[in-house]
Amino acid sequence: MILEEVQALLTVKFGEQIILATDINSSPPMLTVPAAQIAEICTELHTNEQTYFDYLACLTGLDNGPDERTMEVIYHLYSIPYNFQLALQIVIPRQIGENKMTEVPTVSHIWRTANWHEREAFDMYGIHFSGHPDQRRILLPADWEGHPLRKDYKEQDYYHGIKVIY
Amino acid sequence: MGNPIQYQYDEQHLKRSEPNKFQAEDLKSEEMILNVGPQHPSTHGVLRLEVVTNGEVIVDVVPHLGYLHRCFEKHAENLPYNQILPFVDRMDYLASMNSEHAFVMGVERMLGIADQIPPRIEYIRVLVAELNRLASHFVAVGTYAMDIGAYTPFLWLMRDREHIMRLLEWVCGARMLYNYIWIGGLFYDLPVGFEERCAEFVKYLKPKLLEMERLVIENKIFVERTANVGILPLDIAINYGISGPMLRGSGLKLDLRKVDGYSVYPELEFEIPVGEGAMGSLGDCWDRTYVRVRECDESLKIIEQCLQRLSGDLSRTREFDPRAMVPKKIRPKPQNFYVRAENPRGELGFYFRADGKSDIPFRCKARSSCFVNLSIISEIAKGCMIADLIAILGSIDIVLGEVDR
Repeated sequence: MILEEVQALLTVKFGEQIILATDINSSPPMLTVPAAQIAEICTELHTNEQTYFDYLACLTGLDNGPDERTMEVIYHLYSIPYNFQLALQIVIPRQIGENKMTEVPTVSHIWRTANWHEREAFDMYGIHFSGHPDQRRILLPADWEGHPLRKDYKEQDYYHGIKVIY
Repeated sequence: MGNPIQYQYDEQHLKRSEPNKFQAEDLKSEEMILNVGPQHPSTHGVLRLEVVTNGEVIVDVVPHLGYLHRCFEKHAENLPYNQILPFVDRMDYLASMNSEHAFVMGVERMLGIADQIPPRIEYIRVLVAELNRLASHFVAVGTYAMDIGAYTPFLWLMRDREHIMRLLEWVCGARMLYNYIWIGGLFYDLPVGFEERCAEFVKYLKPKLLEMERLVIENKIFVERTANVGILPLDIAINYGISGPMLRGSGLKLDLRKVDGYSVYPELEFEIPVGEGAMGSLGDCWDRTYVRVRECDESLKIIEQCLQRLSGDLSRTREFDPRAMVPKKIRPKPQNFYVRAENPRGELGFYFRADGKSDIPFRCKARSSCFVNLSIISEIAKGCMIADLIAILGSIDIVLGEVDR
């Protein structure tokens, strides 16, 4: 299993425009795909006998800052039978409208491990995963303000009367 | 004056911070919510399990994390690579050497100096990492036996772990948070006489491991309590991203030391123990403990081989400087890098995004094995007895420092 085969497989199934960029210098090689189709792509990669990415190793949220106005989600897949690693990247706008957060299709129905990873990304970056069965904060309490790993995050002054910054 | 009272009580606070997923209205009759923890001896750290019970049978388990959250990723995005190392230690404080090894390996590969590290340094790294793996498994098996109700294995294994702690303290001066493996080298060379003392320790430990095997995993009471409890089938384990002894306990021979062949592991001979369902079904709590106990034997084998090389053809010389390769400026070229390594508790991965302009990572994500392994608990604990919940929780062997990071 090599990267070109995965690319060919995806373009045959979804068309040429499915791969926005390829980064072979990163380790593992990374494909940039449209955010709206990430769940379909992951289903295909998971079930296809030629790829069989049965192991989602890591799901990372990333904030490019208020200047770039984009956020990213990065999926690290691993195929145990083929011993092949692949990274998928989606780039999403940072915010739409007033307080509305960006929506990304969930992959937690494909790999159940994504459930907690997506909750963590939601907690730290405020990325909403549509279709997620249990979108709650995981590390912070529910009434915590803001998403701490955003580049422009400011701590709240008081939490339940306790001073936060000291 | 005195200190002002910090916390102002308000009855709305508890409601707004939503400490529970289930409310009284959600429950059927006969069901009730039981909180296990926050401080429970079978977790190395602070964890609360919200358990919905019907009599003695568990209906649902919801783990609540975040009590130890020490913001590793936020710190890492504000510090140069070499200053992140102390925080890496604090994630999995029972296996700091292994975590350091993984982190350092990733940064070295990003800098492109991974194949210029002298073999003596690599062998010392593997030696201390395997010593730490032994110590970590001793805590895992010892405290697990204590959860089940046996106190002697805990005392005996803590006694043996103490020897390892002393050895590692001799190496770097700290008991648990070592900061010994540096990017491009080591803090110091091994102290003079370490190889001989360590060889003596290996000789001492061999019969003790046999003793542990007889005392714990062949013990009838232990088998009765753990066999056929918390059965984790392989396909569910893979779907949940489980790794380490839990995955191997379910019968898959996957060890990143063999698969990725990082550091000098390809030059060493060792086996990968897997669960076989010898006492019950494949993937039960007994199998996971069995894999850990057998892994101790394999680690001891690796330590012996390392010592042989370190006191043989790679022995210390006057000119050897473990800090010779340490780079002055750690500035990797812009790239995305994911590195993974086999820790005592499973796959530890670090994802780096370097922007090439500063020596601070733009993004540093730790994919910790405990975080992922803990997520299985609601799946395998449903329908069990409450007493078995503790057996299952102990067999996952979590360190909360790594769950919350």
